[in-house]
Amino acid sequence: MNSIEKVFAGGKAFIPFITAGDPSIDITEQLVYQMAGAGADLIELGIPFSDPIAEGPVIQAADNRALNGGFTADTLFSMMLRIRKSCQVPIACMTYVNPVFAYGAEKFMMNCREAGIDAMIVPDLPFEEKNELLPICKKYGITLISMIAPTSGERIRKIASEAEGFIYCVSSMGVTGVRQNLGSNVEQMVRTVKEVKNIPCAIGFGISTPEQAANMSAFADGVIVGSAIVKIVEQYGSGCIPHVTEYVRKMKRAITR
Amino acid sequence: MEKGRFGIHGGQYIPETLMNAVIELEEAYNHYKNDPEFVSELNELLKNYAGRPSLLYYAGKMTKDLGGAKIYLKREDLNHTGSHKINNVLGQVLLAKRMGKTRVIAETGAGQHGVATATAAALMGLECEIFMGKEDTERQALNVFRMKLLGAKVHPVTSGTQTLKDAVNETMREWTQRVEDTHYVLGSVMGPHPFPTIVRDFQSVIGREVKQQVKEMEGKLPDAVLACVGGGSNAMGMFYDFIEDTSVRLIGCEAAGRGVDTDKTAATMATGKIGIFHGMKSYFCQDGYGQIAPVYSISAGLDYPGVGPEHANLRDTGRAEYVPVTDDEAVEAFEYLSRTEGIIPAIESAHAVAYAKKIAPTLGKDKVLVICLSGRGDKDVAAIARYRGVQIYE
Repeated sequence: MNSIEKVFAGGKAFIPFITAGDPSIDITEQLVYQMAGAGADLIELGIPFSDPIAEGPVIQAADNRALNGGFTADTLFSMMLRIRKSCQVPIACMTYVNPVFAYGAEKFMMNCREAGIDAMIVPDLPFEEKNELLPICKKYGITLISMIAPTSGERIRKIASEAEGFIYCVSSMGVTGVRQNLGSNVEQMVRTVKEVKNIPCAIGFGISTPEQAANMSAFADGVIVGSAIVKIVEQYGSGCIPHVTEYVRKMKRAITR
Repeated sequence: MEKGRFGIHGGQYIPETLMNAVIELEEAYNHYKNDPEFVSELNELLKNYAGRPSLLYYAGKMTKDLGGAKIYLKREDLNHTGSHKINNVLGQVLLAKRMGKTRVIAETGAGQHGVATATAAALMGLECEIFMGKEDTERQALNVFRMKLLGAKVHPVTSGTQTLKDAVNETMREWTQRVEDTHYVLGSVMGPHPFPTIVRDFQSVIGREVKQQVKEMEGKLPDAVLACVGGGSNAMGMFYDFIEDTSVRLIGCEAAGRGVDTDKTAATMATGKIGIFHGMKSYFCQDGYGQIAPVYSISAGLDYPGVGPEHANLRDTGRAEYVPVTDDEAVEAFEYLSRTEGIIPAIESAHAVAYAKKIAPTLGKDKVLVICLSGRGDKDVAAIARYRGVQIYE
């Protein structure tokens, strides 16, 4: 069992997302420790990109703040080396394909392995293009996470059959961001996955309240929350740590009941 | 060749949410492009609505003035809506309608593609929403009002650099939000497969006509064809039918802005590196970490940090040459063509005129150059006046 599979072995997983470097690399590092302590089972760290086409305004703004602060992939790798001295919470990095490609995919994945990064989530790398990174991810033991969406239909079977680690189920149409109503066919999406392969499914996009998290975890193996947390970071800036920690604790409780 | 690839370039690097939409589009396109009814309806529209074939005009005064190669202008500026954009838009909107879509969305830079899309949507009775960088809505205010007159809703895009790149981002985001009833009318030979192929096919009428017209007028092939390149749709349309005719030089003129050695440039071929963005692998202006660079050109239509994947491959194979043209050179050519031939070109097209001015005198009088005059310059008059220090507002 690799580190990603272990995430889901102990019950429903809560997966918080933050944009690395927002508002600063120090705060990001502290957030990782505190979120891990508050019950985060896997932490998704966004590597900021200038043109994040799958993100709504909240994460777009966070990416801008991080980039304006001079954040780069190298900043992330050195932060991860520090984190790994004391904290072993599984980490998935989310970024777009160009930052990886421009860095050199081979060098990027090699650094990921050295820095103790467990998985990559790349929203603009669909099933048809996954060989751009998959062979290199495999070589360095990084799990490349597959995504499915409400429009995937029959593609779900194809994607699921080759997926590893867990499947990121996009709950709703559109970009990331808090929603009152989540997509109505998420449960069916999860069911279709399970027909093909026994692989954990984590639901993301739109979730912000404990009620939504609880509802989703009734049929999913994990819940991913991004924009709601990034909003707290935006609101409190460098004072965000206790607020984010409390939020993570609350969300983890909601799905553990 | 792998599906949707031009050498190593192209592909489909988009969120999963859009994958079924592009697959559906590819299937529909492959079906309708050979459907006699679709083809005849499109040809009818191109002829009676857009005004094709567009003229090939012998620029006698310019030829004489430069003292070298014979210069012809392919008058895409005389098409309905004033640019080559209508060629692609009529095809795509007709296709969208056949696919049962009731709404179209599009990005626009200078506004020419937005105007063309709004026009076709009005004609064919589809709802239309256009995304345009806020900075571009200001420098091309007339086109914004034109789109509104045509019944389109215009969304000024305030993210990023507020120009064409950001308009594409926002249109893609909108498409992921509402894909069922909506077709994204992509305006250039870029984006995920099948867009670069569809747009090139619809624009290839330009080069096909040029080949025929030059043959009638000169009894031979042209020696060089020139076109401006942002994403590269008019250039790809001009080049496509000549790719196999290796005696014909294919010259793409990209926007160097203040110069390729400054950071105020949009010359992707001269300053970019291979990357993956906006659904495609191609050349992009970017930093060492893959962050897309803010680019600059006086021309809103060429102010884009990437280039279509087929152009990237034509460059890799050496079949086409790509040259940078600065703001100053383009403005000078804009004024020159107005004065010399009584034709005011779009500032985008003026980039190709500028390079033709450079090379024509170096070529013999028996040589034939064709410049794609991709659009008319009415939209640019106020901006050029401001460039020259005259405060005119539309």
